[in-house]
Amino acid sequence: MAHGKSKSDSLLIKGGHVIDPAAKIDAPMDVLLREGRIAEIAPPNKIRGGADGKLDARGLIVAPGFIDLHVHLREPGQSYKETIASGTAAAAAGGFTSVCCMPNTQPVLDSPEWVTWIQQPERGAVVNVFPIAAATHASKGAVLTDFRGLQRAGAVAITDDGRPILNDAVMRETLRVASEINLLVIQHAEDTRMTENCSMNDGATSFRLGLRGMKTAAEASIVERDVQLAQQFTGARLHVAHLSTADALKAVRRGKRSRARVTCEVTPHHFTLTDADVGDYNTNCKMNPPLRSASDREALLVALADGTVDAIATDHAPHAIHEKVMEFERAMFGVTGLETALGLAITRLHREQKVPLTRIVELFTAGPARVMTLRGRGTLARGSYADVTIFDPKKRWTFEAAKSRSKSHNTPFDGWQLTGKVVATVVGANIVYRAD
Amino acid sequence: MTKAARGSLLGIEHMEAAEILGLLKLARHMNPLKPRPLLRGKRVLLLFYEPSTRTRSSFEIAAKSMGAMTTLVLSSGSSIEKGESLLDTAYTLRAVGADVIVIRHPHAGAPLLMANNLDIPVVNAGDGMHEHPSQALLDAYTILRHKKTLKGLQVAIVGDIFHSRVARSAVHLLSKFGARVTLCGPSEFLPEMATSLAPGLRISRHTEEAVRGADVIMVLRVQKERLAGTKISLQDYISRYQMTMARLKLAKRDAMVMHPGPIIRGLELTWEVADCPQSAIVEEVRNGVPVRMAILAKALGKAR
Repeated sequence: MAHGKSKSDSLLIKGGHVIDPAAKIDAPMDVLLREGRIAEIAPPNKIRGGADGKLDARGLIVAPGFIDLHVHLREPGQSYKETIASGTAAAAAGGFTSVCCMPNTQPVLDSPEWVTWIQQPERGAVVNVFPIAAATHASKGAVLTDFRGLQRAGAVAITDDGRPILNDAVMRETLRVASEINLLVIQHAEDTRMTENCSMNDGATSFRLGLRGMKTAAEASIVERDVQLAQQFTGARLHVAHLSTADALKAVRRGKRSRARVTCEVTPHHFTLTDADVGDYNTNCKMNPPLRSASDREALLVALADGTVDAIATDHAPHAIHEKVMEFERAMFGVTGLETALGLAITRLHREQKVPLTRIVELFTAGPARVMTLRGRGTLARGSYADVTIFDPKKRWTFEAAKSRSKSHNTPFDGWQLTGKVVATVVGANIVYRAD
Repeated sequence: MTKAARGSLLGIEHMEAAEILGLLKLARHMNPLKPRPLLRGKRVLLLFYEPSTRTRSSFEIAAKSMGAMTTLVLSSGSSIEKGESLLDTAYTLRAVGADVIVIRHPHAGAPLLMANNLDIPVVNAGDGMHEHPSQALLDAYTILRHKKTLKGLQVAIVGDIFHSRVARSAVHLLSKFGARVTLCGPSEFLPEMATSLAPGLRISRHTEEAVRGADVIMVLRVQKERLAGTKISLQDYISRYQMTMARLKLAKRDAMVMHPGPIIRGLELTWEVADCPQSAIVEEVRNGVPVRMAILAKALGKAR
């Protein structure tokens, strides 16, 4: 890796192999970034003229900047878990140039003022942050927020993540109003009436441990209902967050075959682990939706490969030690995931499942950009934003939670050996992360 | 997997058969009526986050019979009410000089969490719906006073298996020694996945089928409020699953009736069954003391 100042007006990424599924490129290419945009992309050594900085990408994959549709940055209100600065630093280390942050903050992100606050430079974000606002006031599932006002302030979608909208009429109204302004509605699909006091998936492990289990129907029934509701409104866009069950996938497939605009995301922990990994009360394997059965995981692997799944999203959910080192049933739901996503995708999906690298890049770039209609992102086409992720698909490395950029270390993957590592992350033509 | 101190008793599931046999053998040498000062000077901390009559009193008597000092800490009236975490309570009890902590807790896995973070042994006196290992050991002890071996014994466990830590521990223990275990109850209390707990487990929905030819019948307590959340009525439950003399007659002539207590006469079993000659319910309680003496002696390294 050659020199290159961290701040530069132009940057030439030379000698790499570009994979840009949106532009259908899978070939050796040089990429020139200038003034925050992709200025030129051309076969090796065809780009004339100088650049302030150079990145030697020989032997590396050069991809559009990764987009994570689902992260919890914990600000405002819970900066002891994470801040926008620390969370985006972790994102950069994981190759993400854009993250969409969830509104379950304190206070809940239900007003344009807070949506604006999130995006202010004082927050210290090192990657692009796209706020997702609450769909209802305080995410209580009753009164809709001001969708237009939130959208004008910069919200890219609405959701009551973590507190799903159960009431049929409220969800219908949410989809109707959102459809009129082309705003994406994201649902954490869980019928919480069925999952009270549950702390993991319902199955042999929960039975053995004496823990109440969440049934897969609690997820699938909400996805089925939401898909049906979405079909009622032209232009309604429904996105299923962290989909985890085979039954919910069936509902999404039905929706996609109909005229509904339904998309879904899957997390690395759900395609990597199963409920058996909870072992003997490992709270770093406690998240919601929970790790599911081996057959659910199999179904996710198939859907990731065949195109049913639109994006890999981390559901990065940092928690402090005192919220995790405790009785399993009392511990908080959630795991961190920004820095392990690519390694897990390459290790599990590419190397083990033989999913082509182009498809994996698509799940991190063009897929999520399409879900969120982020124009000019998720591709290296000329004129796009100069967000680039450079990674080594063959590099073997060991993830150490203690060295994470995140303020929290609640990950099930501490000490895991992974293949595939981010080498450099470029946001707006500036290098925001570089591997040592 | 576990960093628990030697001598901890956290659950039957991960125990070796030899370890279980060792404890049962040791229990046979324990007699609360002939106190031995094996644990003189030792401090046994009884930390109870849930009500208990049998388990608490028998651990206390077991400890005192061996000359140990006992201190009881209840969740009510302690700093636990002020929001102290489980681990901070554990560190506090360690600091005041506990040599072993006996813990009952409403959350599954609490004893393991404590043991993984302490350098003294932890004894699980019942954690949530997970395990109740001392109960399984005293049940095995009781059975073996009447039967030569556990191997091949036909055991029926009837009632609310799902919510029962006693059932989980019993299944693990009996299966390790080759007993043939049939679980019996309505699907609300006995999901199909229960068979995954141990190899060879069987499920029956009919009490008659489960107890026919049985050597041991374990009856579990049923909480009325739990029935309230299901489709079956109390009357339904009684008519289908209550242990009656008529049903008991289907079992072997020398079949034992067991129950971890507290029993509710007229609900999961009749008055007659509770007091019949085949009932080992009182004997179980009595055997709890020597078995818990063995558990504490082993925990404190005095297992001789």
